[in-house]
Amino acid sequence: MTDAGSRDTQDRQEKTGILPWLDARLPVVSAFRREYVDYRTPRNLNGLWNFGAILTVVLLVMLATGIFLAINYTPTAAGAFASIEAIERQVPSGWLLRSIHVTGASMFLAALYIHLFRGLYYGSYKAPREMLWLTGLVLLAMVMFTAFAGYVLPWGQMSYWGADVAGKAVDAVPVVGPWLEHFLQGGDAPGDVSLHRFFILHMVLAFAVLGVVGVHVAALHVTGSNNPLGIEPTGPRDTVPFHPYYTSKDALGLILFALLFAVVVFFLPNVVFEAENFRPANPLHTPADIEPEWYFLPFYGILQSVPSKFGGLLASVGAILVLFLVPWLDRSPIRSARFRPLYRVGMGVLVVCFILLGFVGRHHAQGGWMIAGRIAVVYYFAHFLVLLPLSARWERGVVLPESIAGGRGA
Amino acid sequence: MRGGVILRWVSVLAFAAPLADLSPALAQAGPHDRAPHRAWSFEGPLGRFDLSAVQRGYAVYAQVCSACHGMKAMTYGDLTRMGLTMEQVGRIAATQQVPGGVDAQGDPVTRAATPADHFRDPFVNPEAAAAANHGVAPPDQSRLALVYPGGPDRIYALLTGYRPPPPGYRPSHAGAVYNPYASDREIAMPPPLRDGQVVYTDGTPATTAQEARDVTTFLAWVAQPHLEARHRLGAQVVLYLLFLAVLAFLLKRRVWSDVH
Repeated sequence: MTDAGSRDTQDRQEKTGILPWLDARLPVVSAFRREYVDYRTPRNLNGLWNFGAILTVVLLVMLATGIFLAINYTPTAAGAFASIEAIERQVPSGWLLRSIHVTGASMFLAALYIHLFRGLYYGSYKAPREMLWLTGLVLLAMVMFTAFAGYVLPWGQMSYWGADVAGKAVDAVPVVGPWLEHFLQGGDAPGDVSLHRFFILHMVLAFAVLGVVGVHVAALHVTGSNNPLGIEPTGPRDTVPFHPYYTSKDALGLILFALLFAVVVFFLPNVVFEAENFRPANPLHTPADIEPEWYFLPFYGILQSVPSKFGGLLASVGAILVLFLVPWLDRSPIRSARFRPLYRVGMGVLVVCFILLGFVGRHHAQGGWMIAGRIAVVYYFAHFLVLLPLSARWERGVVLPESIAGGRGA
Repeated sequence: MRGGVILRWVSVLAFAAPLADLSPALAQAGPHDRAPHRAWSFEGPLGRFDLSAVQRGYAVYAQVCSACHGMKAMTYGDLTRMGLTMEQVGRIAATQQVPGGVDAQGDPVTRAATPADHFRDPFVNPEAAAAANHGVAPPDQSRLALVYPGGPDRIYALLTGYRPPPPGYRPSHAGAVYNPYASDREIAMPPPLRDGQVVYTDGTPATTAQEARDVTTFLAWVAQPHLEARHRLGAQVVLYLLFLAVLAFLLKRRVWSDVH
């Protein structure tokens, strides 16, 4: 006690208390204040900018529920399904944690797609935010792998046959395909080894996602947020401090999102739980209709619309890879689609095509869906490879507002 | 702002469209009569189980279905949730013999089940189940009401739908029985229920229809064991979040009042 007192007298100039003491040694307090309290944010962000905060919170919920599920899960072909049943029936509140986790996967991907299309629409990928965009796309890919691996774990019919279809898709790669399929599955068909690998992959990727989110947010705080007008803030009139303005707005968005989340968890679980996956995996009985989760359907639609198997695989992987090139494909200096009439229409068509491809995937690209699917695939790639580089030539004479504060009515 | 409005509508459609495409009961193996819809207390977002019907349904399961159908995922202890005490459940479990490891000579022995034990499987393995039932293993009933295309309506229709076959009907395999609600109008299960088949302790007359209704309710309860807790907790959570949303809205409006 006397020791502490004497130190206090020595550092008389410094403020006393544990937080200043900590901050002098590890500046977490001042960093938090700088990045989450005083942090200047454009004053005109709309509701679509809520989804970054929403995604962060859903990720934390997924990690928290996932750890408790993992504690009660058995990653073997013989025990996985029974351990999920035990979580659902015998583990106290296990059904609730699992329901939140399964619903969370769908909600996470839904929020992620909104976040992605928001970035595309308002040109959030343009200089100086290229790294923000690229880290975000890395996250998208990681989240997709994590979601797929997680879907296999309950080892129901859909889990098993989903893994089987994915293995067959990898098999279509020329030359190395069969070897790669064997390597990933640890055998000729999904089994004990693949299940164990998917479990490890799911857990490792989930925490890796958290790390990359840190990088993504760090990149955001270097450049600051884009905004619906797509012009940089010119002064203090254009921005507001993050707290209390965006903390209160994010809180409202989060609560509304949680409301939707709760309605699905408690009243509409059939939207996210597929009944067929409550049948244990049976390698001898192929289900009549194998279809991936809704968030993969657009890519499944692309896979099935392309006549060649390997071509389909290339196209659906390419549909994500092309997004990495977007900052350099888009030659227009204007960010926001609000001031780009052609690009704005193109974005609307792109969203329609993306959803249409989901339906194509659902209907296995049969009959008329095949034609619709092919048109949508062609537009999807033309949008990025043709429209983005060329649209700047046709979008001339655009007058951008002077400042965010002055142009808010525009 | 027109683009914003369009984008908003597109995003609303993006979420609404797949919901319209949720065609239930996709994979039905063969043609069958459509099971008429019946009113069940557990239907809908606020549905709940009539626990006395669930208990009567358990009696039907224990005395009839469990002779051939397993219910692997259930433990005897899970039966407390249908309104039984731990003592009652313990007595039910004690009537069942389950594998109890080996004795000092290394020979397998059995013991009386405890509430922590899973329901005893009627057959030692799927092959034995198939061999004893004309080559078709009776399906496990843990999630039957959820995975069976047509759900509770069709299970009830099936149990009460046995009738004399139309002229010209030939069983496709030994043991097959005509039933208009089964896939291809044929099922390997002989009529399981008849009037007075079970004895109800609460005095309810055990007609075939009553037995079928009760056991369907029981199967639905087993397939969705937390339905009632889920709905009750859901109502509380949603009300709480609605209240919180109003507060957050007022707070946000107040904070932003000097900006707009």
